[in-house]
Formats: sequence, C-alpha cells, structure tokens
Amino acid sequence: MTKAITVSGLHKSFGRTHALDGLDLDVETGEVHGFLGPNGAGKSTTIRVLLGLLRADSGAAQVLGRDPWADAVDLHRRVAYVPGDVTLWRNLSGGEVIDLYGRLHDGGRAKRVRQGGGGRRAGGLDRERRAKLIERFELDPTKKGRTYSKGNRQKVALVAAFASDVDLLILDEPTSGLDPLMEEVFQTCVEEERDRGRTVLLSSHILSEVEELCDRVSIIRKGRTVESGSLADLRHLTRTSVTAELAGPPNGLSHLPGVHDLDVQGLRVRLQVDTDKLDAVLRSLSESGVRSLTSTPPTLEELFLRHYQDEESASEGAKGAAGAPGAEGAEGAMVR
Amino acid sequence: MSAASATSAYAPRTGGSRQLAGSGTLLRFALRRDRVMLPVWIAVNALMVLSMPNTLKGLYGTAAERADLIRQMETNASLRALIGPVFGDSLGALTAWRAGIYAGALAAVMSLIVVVRHTRDEEESGRQEMVSSGAVGRRAPLTAALLAAAVANGVLALLLVGGLAGQGGAGALALGLGIAGVGMVFATMAAIIAQLTESARLARGLTAAVLGAAFVLRAAGDSAKDDGSSVLTWLSPLGWLENLRAFADERWWVLLLFAAAILLQGAVAYELAGRRDVGMSFLPTRPGPANGRLSTAGALAWRLQRGSVLGWSIGFFLTGVVYGGLTEGAADLVGDNANAREIFERMGGQSGLTNAFLAAMIGMLGLIAALYIVSSVLRLNGEETSGRAEPVLANAVGRLRWAAGHLVVAFGGTALIMLLAGLGFAIGYGKEFGPILGACLVQLPAVWVIGGVAVLLHGLLPRAAVAAWAVAGAVLLIGWIGPALNVPQAVLDVSPFGHLPKLPGGEMEWGPVLLLTAIAAALVAGGLGALRRRDLTT
Repeated sequence: MTKAITVSGLHKSFGRTHALDGLDLDVETGEVHGFLGPNGAGKSTTIRVLLGLLRADSGAAQVLGRDPWADAVDLHRRVAYVPGDVTLWRNLSGGEVIDLYGRLHDGGRAKRVRQGGGGRRAGGLDRERRAKLIERFELDPTKKGRTYSKGNRQKVALVAAFASDVDLLILDEPTSGLDPLMEEVFQTCVEEERDRGRTVLLSSHILSEVEELCDRVSIIRKGRTVESGSLADLRHLTRTSVTAELAGPPNGLSHLPGVHDLDVQGLRVRLQVDTDKLDAVLRSLSESGVRSLTSTPPTLEELFLRHYQDEESASEGAKGAAGAPGAEGAEGAMVR
Repeated sequence: MSAASATSAYAPRTGGSRQLAGSGTLLRFALRRDRVMLPVWIAVNALMVLSMPNTLKGLYGTAAERADLIRQMETNASLRALIGPVFGDSLGALTAWRAGIYAGALAAVMSLIVVVRHTRDEEESGRQEMVSSGAVGRRAPLTAALLAAAVANGVLALLLVGGLAGQGGAGALALGLGIAGVGMVFATMAAIIAQLTESARLARGLTAAVLGAAFVLRAAGDSAKDDGSSVLTWLSPLGWLENLRAFADERWWVLLLFAAAILLQGAVAYELAGRRDVGMSFLPTRPGPANGRLSTAGALAWRLQRGSVLGWSIGFFLTGVVYGGLTEGAADLVGDNANAREIFERMGGQSGLTNAFLAAMIGMLGLIAALYIVSSVLRLNGEETSGRAEPVLANAVGRLRWAAGHLVVAFGGTALIMLLAGLGFAIGYGKEFGPILGACLVQLPAVWVIGGVAVLLHGLLPRAAVAAWAVAGAVLLIGWIGPALNVPQAVLDVSPFGHLPKLPGGEMEWGPVLLLTAIAAALVAGGLGALRRRDLTT
C-alpha cells in the first residue's frame, strides 16, 4: 500500500519557539488517519507545512508523492483543506465562496471539462453532490459571509471540501462549532469519502469522533510524535480496568507483573492491568472463582490524557483527570 | 448583589444609568488602543494650522499685499470655492481662512475613524460580544467612542487655542472650538451611521461621503457669495466654521449651531444604539446569490476591491472637473502675488501660471493616488493576516497568481484613477486634452514606486507592511508642504515625485520616467520573490 503522506524528522521554529521538533507522520492511502494532540502541540503547523504554506526548517515531507513546498499548486489540485477557523469575506455569499474554492481547485481545468461535454461538473465541483451536501448540512448558501455563525462558516468550508474531486482531504479540527446533528452528518461524509477510496487526515479534539472514524491515529506532543498506530495497537499498550466479585479471597494478585492500583475489599477486587498481562490476571482471578466480572478497555481519552500530561506532573494529574487509570509508571510502559 | 443584577435584567430598555455601565473602562481601553493613532492625527492637524501664520507672513507680509488679497478674494469665486472667503487682514484671520476648513475636515476624518473603530468595527469583528457580556451597558461602547473622539478633539482645540493665542485670544478660542466642533459633528454623524450599517467599511465610506457633500455645499455657497451668507454655506458644518469669523469679530452664537447639531445627532445615535441588538443594524444585509461565478484568484481580488476602485474613480474624476474648472480663476489670483507665484512655480515647476497651477494640482492628485495604491496593495496583507488567504492558497493557486490579482487592481487601478482625473481636469478646463492627460499619466511611475515599496514590505516583512503608510505619508508631506517651507532640494529628491517632468508646460523627459518605472518593477519583483520564499503569516 502506498503512503499518502510521509513525514519524517520535521523541524520548524518560529523565533525561539520550536513548533515542530522532529515530527514523524505516516498516512496510508485510503485510510482515515486521526491526528491528535493538545493545543499548541504543532498540529496546525504540521498541516500548514503539508499544504506548502510554511516551509519546514529541516526534515522530509511528501504528500501524494510530491514535495508540498515545491509542487504546491499541482499538489493542491488533488487536496482539499478545511481550516479549524474559517474566515470568510464579509460581502460574499456562502454559495459564492463554495464555488470559488471549487473553481480555484482546478485552476481553470473545469471549464474545459464542461465545454468538452459532461455538463454534470461545473465550476470544479460536482453540482449534484454540492446540492446534496448543502441540503444535508442545512446550509443557507445565500447568506453573506459576515452573517454566518462559526458553525455555519465551518459548513461552508466542509461543503466545498466534500464536493470537490480530490484524493486527499486535510481537515484541521473541522467540526469545531458544529452541533451534534451536524457532527453526525460530518461523520457520514467522512465515511463516504473513505468508501470512495480517498485519504483523510483528520486533526481533532473530539475523541469519540476519532474513535468512530479513524483507522489509525498519531498522537503528538510538543512538536513530536509520541504514539502512532491503529487504535487496537494503542489499546494494547495501555491498561484495562477490571472489576470482579470473587467466590473466595484473591490470591497473589499484587505480585503479578503489570498490575496497578489494586484495591481489594473483601471479595470485591478492582485493578488496572497492562493489557498484554491480562491473561495472567484472569487466570489468578478464576482460581478464586469469579461471580461477576467487568473489564473496560481503555478509552482513547485515557490514552490521550496520558500523553497530555507533562512527565513531572504525570502521576498527579492522571489521578485527578477524569479518573484516568493510574498513570504511575505509565512513562515506562509508554516509551516507544 | 444578585438581587440587583436580577432587577437590571428586567429593567425597562430605556432604564437609567446601567445603560452606561463600563463606559469609563471602555474609554480608557479605547484611548489605550489609539495611543499612537490619535496623537499623530492631532499633531499633524495642529502643526498644519500653527505653521500657517509664519507661512502667511512670508507670503503676505505687507498691509498692501493683504489688502490686495482681500480684494482678489472678493472677486474671485473659484478661489473662494477652494478655500473660502477672507474676513479680516490680520495674520490670525488669514490663518483661519487658509487653514480653517481643511483643519476642520481633518478633524472630521479623525473623529469618524475613531467612532466607527470603537463601535461598528468592534461589533463586526465579534469582539463586542465578549465585551458586552461583561458588566457593560448597552450604550457604553457608543459613549466611550464619542468620549474618545471628544478627548481627541478637545486636545486638538487646546493645542490650537494655546498655539494661536499670540494672534488674539478670542480668535484662537473661536477657531479651536470651531475646528473641534466640526470634528464632533462628524463624530456624532458617524455614530448614527454606525447604527445603520453592518459594515464598518461602509459606515466610514458613508460618513466620508457626507463630509464630501458638506465640502461641496460650502464651496458652492462660497463661490456664490463672498461673505459666507449663502444658504448653501449655512447647510454645511464647514460653512459654520468659516462663519464663526475667528479673528474677525467672532460671531459666538454660531457655536450654538455646533452644540445643537452635536446634541441632536448624539441623541439620535443613543436612541438607536439602545434599541438594537448587538451586531445587528437597521439596514439589513441582503442575501447573496446561492451560486457563484468567481472562478479565479484575480476575479476574487477584483470583486473584493471593485467598490474601492469605483469610489476612488468617482472621487478623482470629480476632483479633476472641479479643479480644472477653477484653474483660470485661481491662476489669476496667484499671478498678482509674487511670493505665492513663486510657491506655485516651485510646486508646478515652470513659469506659465495656468500650467503651473495645473501641474501643482495634478501633482497633488498623484500624491493622493499613492494612498490608494498603498491601501490596495495592503489588501494582500489583510487577506493573509486574517486567514482568508490560507484556504485560497490551499487550492491550486500559486502565491504569485494570488498576489498578481491584487497587484493588477492596485497598479492598474492607479492608472485608471489618474486617467479619470485627467479626463476630469480636461473637461473642467475645457482645452488642452492631450497635455493634461499626459501630465496625469506621467505621475504613474512615481505612484508605482510607492506601490512597489508596499509590495516589497509585504514580501519581506509582512508584519511590518503597514509601514508602507508611513512611506506614503512622508512622500505626501514632502510634496505638499515641502515647496512652501523652502525645504532643501536634497530632501525633495527623496520623493520619487520630485523627479517627474513638470507637466503640463514643461519638457517631457523620458529618462527619469523610465528609470522610476524600472525601479517600481524591481521593487515588485523583489517583493514577489520574497513572498514566494517565506512562510505564510498566520
């Protein structure tokens, strides 16, 4: 399988700030790739480098097999982009902006296509698809830029991106400002894109969205990739919470490798276990006899929180933050 | 506390002082934001007025010269339309005549900018929402904006009264109050218009159009009557200013007109501000087309700038017609005063007086066109820093193509407005079409050099690109005031306009024209080269 995006050792500084500090990213063709990281981690900077808007200080980046800086224009014919904060021209209507982006995409090619017959495609956009998207997103395309709310500005950019005929969609926190219904429409659209064989790079803060949509994710922090792989891979590296009611007193659980936060109250046991050590724990539990058992795989949120916290405050913060499974020693487990 | 806020939530709309809550904080905030802009506006205006007695002393030193001037003004309708009638022969009265309405107009522009900036601009950008969510009354932003304008006009008045006191305390007071009064009339006018439109740009444009109309009314009235008594003059706040007759038996009651207009307009603006929703306006925005026809970055640039090109075109054409029509009369007057003649000849650069006047006026329009080109080129900068350029450039649009769209409008638009100015001059003057058009077009290379500097700044230092305004301002100052102040040639030579052939009347010299064009091209090329290589500012 070819790669849609390959980035290795990317560095970018703004004055004294190191926005990117050796970032790596691999996106396979045809996958939906989640791009996660706290505010200021360098997600938008990476995306701007991938779009040739910023020039990396060092490191290599290829998008669809091309250099994003040198081949920007040709590359952009095959890429659609939705920024996280869409600014529109105050006196242009949403419909005008959608069509403008569509036509700019082709760099005038659409005209030739249209004149050469077909007629279905006009102005660089699939008209049918454009109309359908406007309907699905419940967007009023006649309103002027300055009268749209944030969510509606976002819809303008989303309709333009989804209606264009491209190979790669780069979406930078595209659903900020969308209501839950629209969020669902967005997810359907992304799934459709995947079904059509397109690649999507989705930078997001909404973890349920990422869990729902993404085949693989990359988590970055302070300009560096800290984790990358499929959700299953990532879960494997983390802990599962286990709550069990036993028939007899538990035995030797605390000596098992990979067990954390063990809490035994009579016959009730709660613990966290490194997912790859789960087997031994279950065996030990069943020796005592199991009456009931709940096992919860780690949520992406927990994965995420683990990487959000600074090393020094890791243990402290993890306990406080949304009951994330104890992160003591997490760094050991998480080191790549 | 909670009881109090609960009451205020249900208080009637017109209710009490809570409508003004937070005004003081907002005023301090406004003055802090304008801490550079306002002092510059005030200083330029005050310097222009305060330098006038000295300049006039040089021009009309003797009583005979002044008597001559007054006689001329009585008979010369063109010049009265341009500057207004003279009411006395003291240096103070001449200062009020020569500088008064222009200082008033400058104060008006400053005031309308300040008021729109702190009202409609804030709402349009969405910043107002956050401010209004605090303990801020519905009318507080307007109050703060008007107070900021009042502070600015007040300081200007103080400087003028202090600086001109030597010419006579009463006259200085009248002129200072009159100029500040014009400022506040347009501050309150802008306050009303800012309630009506949703766009700050439109609010500024409309208020400026009212100011233009006030100028035209006064000019028409003054050309009809030599003592400012025409009804047309009385319809214009600028006419009130001249009818105050500072330094010439002041008519203090005219100040009541200012006070009445300010209070009336202020009351209307307050009434409107208290009745409408934040961010909304009384003139609703019309919906646009559901489908767009824009298909290139160039078309987008034209669409974004066409309104401004149209406005400048109309302005330049009308100015050309008016000044062209005044040419013969104005030259007559200047002809009788050796000193004034010398200044015109230095500005215009040759001895035929009509030609010298035409050349000076056309040169002035060229300087003003430099402001157009800077504002137009800096649209690039605005598009980039606002984040609107980013998605455009994420499409199949190269940076050069994107920039070229705006630059064609900027550089081509300059050619268009100078051509229209030339047509206007030729129509107003009624003869010599060819030479006048040529004289207008020959300004272009110098204007383009200023545009080139703006392009270069945008390419190299996008965050400092507004410095292009300073360049245009300096060139304007050199060209406008330089000749009257006997500035050394070395300083005049800094401006590209100093190197243009003196047309009409002078010899056409291709050397400097081609050289300036080449410099402009090099600056643009350098700027575009830098733009291609640098990061997009975000």
